[in-house]
Amino acid sequence: MTLLFLLEKEFKQMFRLIILPIIFVLLPVFMLNMIPRIATQEVKNVNFVVVDNDHSSLSRRLIEKLSASAYFHLLDVSPTYQAAEYYIKSGDADIIVEISPDFEKNLYREGRADVQVSANAINGSKSGLGSAYITQIITAYANELNEENGTAAANSKLSTLNSQLSPRFLYNLNLDYKVYMIPAVIAMILTLLMGFLPALNIVLEKERGTIEQINVTPIGRLEFILAKLIPYWVVGIAVLLFSILCGGMFHGVWPVGSVWSILTITTVFLFVASSMGLIVSNFSDTIQQAALVMFCFLIIFILLSGLLTPVSSMPTWARAITEFNPMRFFIEPMRIIYIKGATLRDLAPYFLRLSIMAVVLGTLAIWSYKKNS
Amino acid sequence: MKQLKSFIRKEIFHILRDVRTLGFLLIIPVILMILFGYAITTEVRDTRVAVLDLSKDAVTRQIVERFAANKYFTMTKEVSTMAQIDEAFRRDEIDMALCFSENFASQAVHGGAAVQLLLDGIEPNQASIRSGYATQLLMATVQEQASRMVTNRQLQIVPNVRMLYNPQQKSEYNFVPGVMGMIVMLLCTLMSSVAIVREKEVGTMEVLLASPLPPLTMIIAKLVPYFVISLINMLTILALSKWMLGLPFVGNLWIWLGIAVLFILVALSIGLLISTCVSTQLAAMLLSLLMIVPTLYFSGMVFSVEAMPVPAQGIATIIPARWFIDATRKLMIQGVEPVFVVKNTLVLTIELVVLLAISLKLFKIRLS
Repeated sequence: MTLLFLLEKEFKQMFRLIILPIIFVLLPVFMLNMIPRIATQEVKNVNFVVVDNDHSSLSRRLIEKLSASAYFHLLDVSPTYQAAEYYIKSGDADIIVEISPDFEKNLYREGRADVQVSANAINGSKSGLGSAYITQIITAYANELNEENGTAAANSKLSTLNSQLSPRFLYNLNLDYKVYMIPAVIAMILTLLMGFLPALNIVLEKERGTIEQINVTPIGRLEFILAKLIPYWVVGIAVLLFSILCGGMFHGVWPVGSVWSILTITTVFLFVASSMGLIVSNFSDTIQQAALVMFCFLIIFILLSGLLTPVSSMPTWARAITEFNPMRFFIEPMRIIYIKGATLRDLAPYFLRLSIMAVVLGTLAIWSYKKNS
Repeated sequence: MKQLKSFIRKEIFHILRDVRTLGFLLIIPVILMILFGYAITTEVRDTRVAVLDLSKDAVTRQIVERFAANKYFTMTKEVSTMAQIDEAFRRDEIDMALCFSENFASQAVHGGAAVQLLLDGIEPNQASIRSGYATQLLMATVQEQASRMVTNRQLQIVPNVRMLYNPQQKSEYNFVPGVMGMIVMLLCTLMSSVAIVREKEVGTMEVLLASPLPPLTMIIAKLVPYFVISLINMLTILALSKWMLGLPFVGNLWIWLGIAVLFILVALSIGLLISTCVSTQLAAMLLSLLMIVPTLYFSGMVFSVEAMPVPAQGIATIIPARWFIDATRKLMIQGVEPVFVVKNTLVLTIELVVLLAISLKLFKIRLS
């Protein structure tokens, strides 16, 4: 019964702060609208500069081939390599394609000509994939020339194998990055709000002095912590449903699996995130301290969760840390439910892990709240 | 001037008295830098592969061995039916499956050998890179087996690929400047956003407003100690990236420092603006924490700005971290001439002036 009164208090306090309801609505709308559009590691529209030292019909055709590709955009044809390098330094272009002098002559006389491809390799995936695509285009061009000249390779059985070897991509047939990002963005919204707000909650009562009033009442520790946790859980579920709606409406991406499995896994995760916040809150003296510590945790959670860069790419020790990252064990099942339509039975390992975290952190949250200072 | 000095002293006392917070402020960047220097990468490694081998002949065995020996692939299981593969994909136990049809070897020589490469397309980039590696490996192995094929004289265009600035393709070169920008940006905002709102909440604002201090003096005095802390953080981060992560610094250090100072000031003024706008510390902390979102996504730290749609590029233009990260990549790793960072400096300067002007304008000298 006391719990009900406490809950009433918490809800009233939450909605009295006008900024919170605004953030609950605007954050999912903004994040789910914008981030799936920009969060892509696909390599496209890479600007490149050509240095044509040959000026022959063959070199001109090569340039046309390159600029016709959807991956590349021809920025300029520079007279010298130095002039082209300017674009790399200013950051306007990422790749220089330099066609050697006597390109056409060498090709016809010696059957071999060189093209120098220089990529700005600071961004490894862009330069790696970009130069690979350029190499493909150049090879295709060479094959085309061979066919025109009747020097095409004698029927190679290899080419039959090659044509058969079209890899099939499962689940995400068109390799669409949006589908991959939306469940993770929803997970990030929930972690940001439901991890951070509880972290500020108890410490706020400490700074205002209202915690003393609670401490002198006969309210138990369990009741107190539950009253703090449940509102975040309720709001969290509401934000989740709203976010699923946003993802579907803005991008037409709806979960393939059942909403019930999403709800179940989210329920457990919200308890983990909020308990974590409450623990930080219990140990902090000032709001700023709590915010700093929570910021540190959140950044570690976000960057080591596979949200932006895959966990499988991380070094072994970092992967060991991710084993304790609740956000990882929320994002992965979210993605699997959303894209592959996995059922709760498939997700049992994730579920078990999150439940253990929930129990441990929940106990810690209750234990770390002390009524006497 | 004397007023300013004594006010700065007051602020320094405030910060020194709260040793725990100060400790966090100085230690957090070190922890984050150590963690993320190495951990943030998009290199493909450790692809978990399942094999469905209906043929079990010399060629398929050799292919499987090749995959097992390759550092990008780990063989996790051998299965005997397609259903098992489906289940393994759904449970996220494998990333790729190799399926050989019956009599693979004999068919490979006569043309028409069937091998199916199944990939988990959930993460598009990783999937296409993986399929590229796997196709190359497969072709190379089969080619060896059927090496007796005749090739006649063909025209060849040989692309020589050269990787500029980062020949070993280390992903630290790309991500460390990003992590630097993110840490400094967020810590600065978290620090300065409580500056004024705390005085409001505690009630000491009344005293300050009753004093003859002009708002500008007050704002400057609030920022000075935080600026010193941020500068220390920036230098620690730079030292870590140089000595611990082994990143080069080929450009002009002084110009970089100048841009870094400018960036710190912009970040602090964002916090200040938040502080003048809101009325509670809770709201201030929440807003400055939400700066994570634009800083993470729009700064070009992970997702390159050119690949974004035009409206998103517009947002990216006003994100200060974007200009700092860009300048850091250029000066630290590319070592370009100062001319190429003039734009970055200009944008940051304009942002600083605008932010300070708005904060000053919104700074209320009356209690509501």
